Amino acid sequence: MIDFISQPWHWSISGLMIVFVMFLLIYFGQRFGVSSSFRALCAIGGAKNMASYFDYDWKGHDWLLTFVLGAIIGGGIAINVLGSPAPVQISAATITDLAEIGITTPQTNAEGLGFIPHDLMNFETLGSLKGFITMVLGGFLIGFGTRWAGGCTSGHAITGLSNLQLPSLVAVIGFFIGGLLMTHVLLPIILNL
Amino acid sequence: MRLLKFLLTGILFGIVMTKSEAISWFRIQEMFRFQSFHMYGIIGVAVVAGALLHLWIKKGGMKAADGSIIQFPDKPKTYTASLLGGTLFGLGWAMTGACPGPLYTLVGHGYWIILVVIASALLGTFTYGLLRSKLPH
Repeated sequence: MIDFISQPWHWSISGLMIVFVMFLLIYFGQRFGVSSSFRALCAIGGAKNMASYFDYDWKGHDWLLTFVLGAIIGGGIAINVLGSPAPVQISAATITDLAEIGITTPQTNAEGLGFIPHDLMNFETLGSLKGFITMVLGGFLIGFGTRWAGGCTSGHAITGLSNLQLPSLVAVIGFFIGGLLMTHVLLPIILNL
Repeated sequence: MRLLKFLLTGILFGIVMTKSEAISWFRIQEMFRFQSFHMYGIIGVAVVAGALLHLWIKKGGMKAADGSIIQFPDKPKTYTASLLGGTLFGLGWAMTGACPGPLYTLVGHGYWIILVVIASALLGTFTYGLLRSKLPH
């Protein structure tokens, strides 16, 4: 049983399981959307007195903070108990493209599990320009962009689209404008710095 | 006890994010290069099955655990914010290879460097809060 679950899941199973998570949250009286947790964490950290956006009852988000704590624990369980026998298997075309911009795709678990690019993201590269841009500017844009857009992949792409919300479709179009621009134009330049 | 069910749901979410490989920087690169159906399959199935779930609940198929009628508030029609904020998020997503849910999950994997990305995201949200009244929505 453990061996069976430990294989990487087929995309159809994964999609259905995400909907099951969404179903549970709806049944428990909440809505699926992770990026609101950034707002709550800022409010707890004292931003309450600095901007009205954070002057709200963050205790209403205690369920979400508990949920993301669960996501951290779930990640630990998944990797320690249900780890895959091999790294993430991406397409040969992507491996070739990434090699051209200096990123090695791990082929064995000893080289890496294929979750983060170790030659780009580590505490040494954080001091380099390319590492600082990808991790610090990248993270900043996630926090700034998701809150401006009013949601991320969970709140807009999954919850919003499946509830036929036009603002969510517009947001997802934005996700792809930014993602395509970064992947095809900016990232090759950044990684060359 | 009220929060325990959310902790367990979150644990399930972390497992799903890992086993689906949606938290993989490499999978996100593959998606933005249109070189695999994997991520589109995940999001596509989730949206279609999610739409059926919404439809069923709206037709009265299910009440919440506390017996109340489930209502779905509309997203605010702030299209400019959706487009511009969405584009900024997309730029960040393609760089870090992770959206907010996967960021938390990766910390659980023991990738402490991701804490730097989360701290930067909090700084981004904080900056948004400061500039909010000056930004178009």
